[in-house]
Amino acid sequence: MDKYELRAIVLSGGLLSVFFFAVLYNSYSRKIDMPTCIPFDKTFEESKVKEIDKGLYEIYLVARMWTFDPEEIEIPAGSTVDFYLTSIDVVHGFHINEKGVNMMAVPGSINKITTRFEQPGIYRFVCNEFCGTGHQNMAGTIIVK
Amino acid sequence: MTISRPLKTTLLLGLTMPMSLFILGVYNGVMQTLYRAGVLQQHDVAGINYYQGLTMHGVINAIVLTTFFAVIFGHYTIVHYLRKEPPKWSYITSIVFMITGSVIALVVMVLGKASVLYTFYAPLQAAPLFYIGTAMLIIGSWIAFAGWVPLWFEWKRENPLSKMPIAILGTFVNFTMWFMASIPVIYELLALLTPWAMGIREKINVPETRTLFWMFGHPLVYFWILPAYIGYYTMLPKIAGGKLYSGNAARLAFLLFLILSTPVGVHHQFSEGGISPSIKLWVSILTFGVSLPSFMTAFTVGASLEYAGKKRGAKGVFQWMARLPWFRKDNYLFGYFICGLILFIFGGLSGIVNGSYTLNQLVHNTGWVPGHFHLTVAGPSILFILGLTLYMFNHVSGKPLKHRATATIIPYLWTIGVAMLAHGLMAGGLMGEPRRTNMGLTYTNPESHLFNSAWVPSSTMTMLGGIIMGTAALLYFVIFFRMAFSRPTTTPKIEMIESEELHIEKPIPLLLNMRPWIILAIILVASTYYPSFKEVFKYSKPVDNRFDMENPANLNRNNE
Repeated sequence: MDKYELRAIVLSGGLLSVFFFAVLYNSYSRKIDMPTCIPFDKTFEESKVKEIDKGLYEIYLVARMWTFDPEEIEIPAGSTVDFYLTSIDVVHGFHINEKGVNMMAVPGSINKITTRFEQPGIYRFVCNEFCGTGHQNMAGTIIVK
Repeated sequence: MTISRPLKTTLLLGLTMPMSLFILGVYNGVMQTLYRAGVLQQHDVAGINYYQGLTMHGVINAIVLTTFFAVIFGHYTIVHYLRKEPPKWSYITSIVFMITGSVIALVVMVLGKASVLYTFYAPLQAAPLFYIGTAMLIIGSWIAFAGWVPLWFEWKRENPLSKMPIAILGTFVNFTMWFMASIPVIYELLALLTPWAMGIREKINVPETRTLFWMFGHPLVYFWILPAYIGYYTMLPKIAGGKLYSGNAARLAFLLFLILSTPVGVHHQFSEGGISPSIKLWVSILTFGVSLPSFMTAFTVGASLEYAGKKRGAKGVFQWMARLPWFRKDNYLFGYFICGLILFIFGGLSGIVNGSYTLNQLVHNTGWVPGHFHLTVAGPSILFILGLTLYMFNHVSGKPLKHRATATIIPYLWTIGVAMLAHGLMAGGLMGEPRRTNMGLTYTNPESHLFNSAWVPSSTMTMLGGIIMGTAALLYFVIFFRMAFSRPTTTPKIEMIESEELHIEKPIPLLLNMRPWIILAIILVASTYYPSFKEVFKYSKPVDNRFDMENPANLNRNNE
C-alpha cells in the first residue's frame, strides 16, 4: 500500500486512541458511571424517596404516560442520590441536562445511576423518548436546597 | 450497455416511486421544524399529527428511499461492471415485494394506525400490517441481492485474471452486511411484533426487541452511506478530473465496514439498564474501530481531489481546492459529491461523540442526535441519492435532463440548509432539548409552564435550516418530475462513470477475498451479541403491556 496512505491510517488510529483514552481518563478520574443493570423486581414499580443515611438518598422513579412519579423532588444540597428508574407502560426517557444524567425507562427492566447534587437550585428533568401524544408534557423538577 | 425492457421498467419504477414518497417525507420534515420552533403550537396540521408526520418522515426518508436507492443503484452497478443482467425473476419479485411493502406501510401510517416512529419501539403498538409491510420491503431487497450473486460467480469464471471491481466489492460488502444485520429485525418484526400486535402473543420482552432493532438499526446507517462511498471511490475522482489515489485503501475500507458495521449497534443502548457497562465499553471500542474506514476514506478521497486540482495547474498546499469543478453546469454531479463530503466531516466527528461511552449521556436522545444524523443521512447519503437519481434516470429512460443550472445549485443550497439545521439541533441538544418532541405545545410556547427560553434560538435556527432544505428539495422535485414526464430523446442505456487508479498497486490477496472477512464479521457479531442477549434475558422480564399513542390505558387490561 502507498506510504502516505499507511501514514494516514496510522495517524487516524492514533487520533482515535487519544480520543478513547480521554474518554476513559475522564470517566474514571471523575467517577462518571454508565447506567447499570439491576435484576427486575416489582418493588421498583412503586415510587419512593427514601433517605437511607445522612445526605444519601434512594429515589425510585416511575415513568408513565405522561408523568413522572414523583414529579417534584426536594433534597438538601450536597446529597448523593441513587436513581432507580423504570416504566409501567411504554418506553420513556429521563434527562437532567445540568447533571448529565440520561437514562431510558424501559418496562420490564430497571435502570440505575448515582449522582451528587452540590449546588442548590432547581434542576429540571424531561422525558426524552417518544411515549405518545402527551410526550411533550412529561417533565419534572428536583429542588435542591 | 443496452438494457432489456423489464429491467428498464424496474429501474425507472424503483427511482420514481420512492422519489414521489419523498415529497411527503420532506413536507413532514419541514413541518417538524415549525412545530419545534413554536411557530406551530398545536397537535396537528391538515389532519397529520406531529408524531404521525415524524413517523412518515423517518420511515419514508430513512428506510423506503434509502433501501430502494441501494437496490436500484446496485442493479445499475452490477449491470455496468459485470455486463450482464440479473435473472428476471429476481428483480421483478424484488421490486414487487418492495413496492407492496412500502405502500402497505404508507397506507397504515396515513391512516394514523402506526404512529410509532421508525424505530417502532414496543409496547407502543402499530397495526400488524405496518410490521408486515416493513418486513416485505426488507425481504424484497434480499431478493435483488440473491439475483446478483450467481452473476458474480459467472463473471469470475469468465474473467479469472481480473480483480473484483471496487464498485462491485462495495455493493457486495454492503448487501452482505445488510443481509446479516436485517435477519434480527425480520425476526423481531415477524416472530415477535406481528403476533403480538395481532393478539396471538400476549407478552413482550421490551429490551429484547430493542436489542434486535439496534442490531439492525446501526448497520442500517452504513447501508445508507455505503452507496455514497462507492461513488466517492469509483466516480468522484473522474468527475473531479483526477484519478483514485489508492485502490487497495478503498478495498480495505469496504472490508472493514463488513466486519465492524453490525456488532456496534449496542451503542444506541448505552443509557439503558439490562446491558452491563463492560459490554458497553467493548462496543465503544468497536465503534471507534468502525470510524477508521471513514478516516481512511477522507484521506484517500482528499488525496484524489488534490491530484485532480494539481492536474489543473494548482500549486502549493491549498490551491487545489479552488481548482476543482465547482458550480459547473456541464458537471452538475460534482456538487452532490463534494457537499456530501464536507457535511460528512462534521457528521463523522459528531458520531464519534455519540459512540464515546460515558460522553454519550450528554447527548443521548437530545436534539444533538438528529443534528448528527442529518449531517450523515441528509448529507452524503441523500445528496448522493439525489444526484445519482438524476443521472441514472436520465440514462435509463433516455429522457433529457433540463434546467441543469438549477440541478447544479441544489446541492449547495441543501448543504447550507443542513448546516443550519444541524447547528440548531446540536446546540439545542447540548442545552438539553429533547429530540422527537412536539416542543411547540410546551417547551417553546411562552404560555406553557414548561416554557424554556434557552431553546427558542436553537429551534429557530433549526427551522430556518429546515425551510432552506425544503426549498432545495422543491427545486429538485420540479426538475426530476419535469424529466420524468418528458419524451425520450436518446436510446436507454446503462453507463457509469469509472475512475482510474493512480498507481498500479501490487494486489493484496487478503483484500480480494471476502470470505475470511465474512467469517470475522460473524465472530465479532457473536462475541458482542451473545453476552448482550444473555444479560437482556437475565436482567429483564416480559411485560403484558400494549399501548396506543393516544391513550395511557393498557389495551391488554381493557378486555378483562
